[in-house]
Amino acid sequence: MNEGELISAPIVEVINLNKSYYRGNQIIPVLSDITFDIHEGDFLALMGPSGSGKTTLLNLIAGIDKVDSGIIRVGGIDITTLSETELARWRGVNVGFVFQFYNLIPVLTAFDNVELPLLLTNLPKKERREHVKMALNVVNLADRIHHYPGQLSGGQQQRVAIARAIVTDPTILVADEPTGDLDRVSAEEIMALMERLNIESGKTIIMVTHDPRAAGKARVLKHLDKGVLNSNP
Amino acid sequence: MYIIKLLIKNVFRHKLRTCLTVLSVAIAILAFGLLRTVIDAWYGGVQASSASRLVTRHAVSMILTLPISYKEKIRQIDGVKTVSYGTWFGGFYIEEKNFFANFAVEPKSFLELYPEYIFQPAEKAAFLRDKKSFAAGAKLVKKYGWKIGDIVTLKGTIYPGNWEFILRAVYRGQDKNTDESQFFFHFDYLNETLKKTVPARADQVGYYIMEVTNPDLVTDVSLRVDKTFHNSLAETLTETEKAFQLGFVSMSDAIITALRLVTFIVIVIILAVVANTINMTARERIGEYSVFKTLGFGGWRIAGLIFGESLIITMIGCIVGIILTFPSAKAFANTVGSYFPTFNVTMYTILLDIIFSALVGILAAVIPTWHSIKTPVADGLRRIG
Repeated sequence: MNEGELISAPIVEVINLNKSYYRGNQIIPVLSDITFDIHEGDFLALMGPSGSGKTTLLNLIAGIDKVDSGIIRVGGIDITTLSETELARWRGVNVGFVFQFYNLIPVLTAFDNVELPLLLTNLPKKERREHVKMALNVVNLADRIHHYPGQLSGGQQQRVAIARAIVTDPTILVADEPTGDLDRVSAEEIMALMERLNIESGKTIIMVTHDPRAAGKARVLKHLDKGVLNSNP
Repeated sequence: MYIIKLLIKNVFRHKLRTCLTVLSVAIAILAFGLLRTVIDAWYGGVQASSASRLVTRHAVSMILTLPISYKEKIRQIDGVKTVSYGTWFGGFYIEEKNFFANFAVEPKSFLELYPEYIFQPAEKAAFLRDKKSFAAGAKLVKKYGWKIGDIVTLKGTIYPGNWEFILRAVYRGQDKNTDESQFFFHFDYLNETLKKTVPARADQVGYYIMEVTNPDLVTDVSLRVDKTFHNSLAETLTETEKAFQLGFVSMSDAIITALRLVTFIVIVIILAVVANTINMTARERIGEYSVFKTLGFGGWRIAGLIFGESLIITMIGCIVGIILTFPSAKAFANTVGSYFPTFNVTMYTILLDIIFSALVGILAAVIPTWHSIKTPVADGLRRIG
């Protein structure tokens, strides 16, 4: 058995990635020549000061923003070549999102929010219900399924958001400041949950955070500064 | 089912705004429905008229009269089955605001020509027998509370004086398009009175009505009638009853055109109101639509959410508007019923209500949908928090 067989194949490959924003005629470089891999089962934390390009990098990997140049391969698919429609379909299958502000639909119950991504699958209603219940069980919210987001605490809402992110069993889980809007206790609960998802379920997680405690739960740490990646700050 | 539940919940997220928009749509649909009904009522006489009945009037103007002696000459024309005649009396009941259509007719032939007026046989016989009697439509009788045997006095305008008539018969329409607000009395009563008071105006009729033996002959018979009186002192113009009625309506062309224009302005107003609501809603939810897109929902599904919400609002407004149209039309008809003999909200008007509401719902959602779909996901997400 050689060394290559021991290390899993990269599930995410980012190669020579460049991204700029345009303000009128002014070009503002955000990411410059970024190259790195993420292996299956990794828990990567992206850190860096505000404006360093962390969220932009996360969005690009998740297929919700477009690169200027470079390649992003997820599960062997170069997502930079996909059209908007193909990207939407791809995201539905391959990416689970956790946002800083939870982004639950306020008029839907916890159950309905978690069921939302499953509407795009061909699963019959009965199976959808089972998946939703299972996901809510994983995040310990089985007793809150009929509660609306407004009736839940911030930590509970974030757990519903995590259940929504994992219910389709996506290839990667991306989290943008998942503890950014939470108190310390809730933040620790969320990070413990994410760590559990990574260790027990082998979920590949890419997380952007400012919080060193949250980053401490990750197994791989990368720093971005002025759009340049630095693995050893 | 899930999407319908989401659409309905979204619609009532801002209850006050939704209720106000629904109310605006309902009022607009009500206005549209009433205006359409007024236009239909204007054409009511045309709808109720027959294409196989011909009307002959003075070629110069319908206010000029024709000699009564024409009747026999018309009867002899090939293709004519029945001839009757009449004159617009133009009287009013008690005061001028009590205006309704009243004619002096030759009763026997007139009733033969108008089988759509349904009488009780005994009342019909009594009407035909009594020269001072009149027959009236059920709607008119009900409006003024007349009863059989009542003496009704009309004040003449074209034929001045107080004219007394006895109500002998009440007719009902064969269908809802039949005018039940007319007043007929014997031409002989008018003519004999004129012979005594103003002999120069006697033996003159306003128009002749005839039925042809075969509806295919209407053109030929019209030409023959007019040819018969060509180069006479009173040349004639013969046309179908429908064309004759249209001639009346065309006098009000400008009003009808204005009304039609107003109905379209009403549609544009609803469009603006609904478009404003949907635009505000879509702008507020741009972040939420981005979340949907992030979860894998494509442009068509986002469009479905926005169009669906817009359509639900307009269709609720449409249903409320249609429900309100019926009692409003009834109240309107009670107020101005004598000007519009038939005032019924037709299925066609309801269909137009539904079509225009759906159209408004769709058009109002076009720009907000386009904007929501085109907004990049990352930009949309930045608007949250």
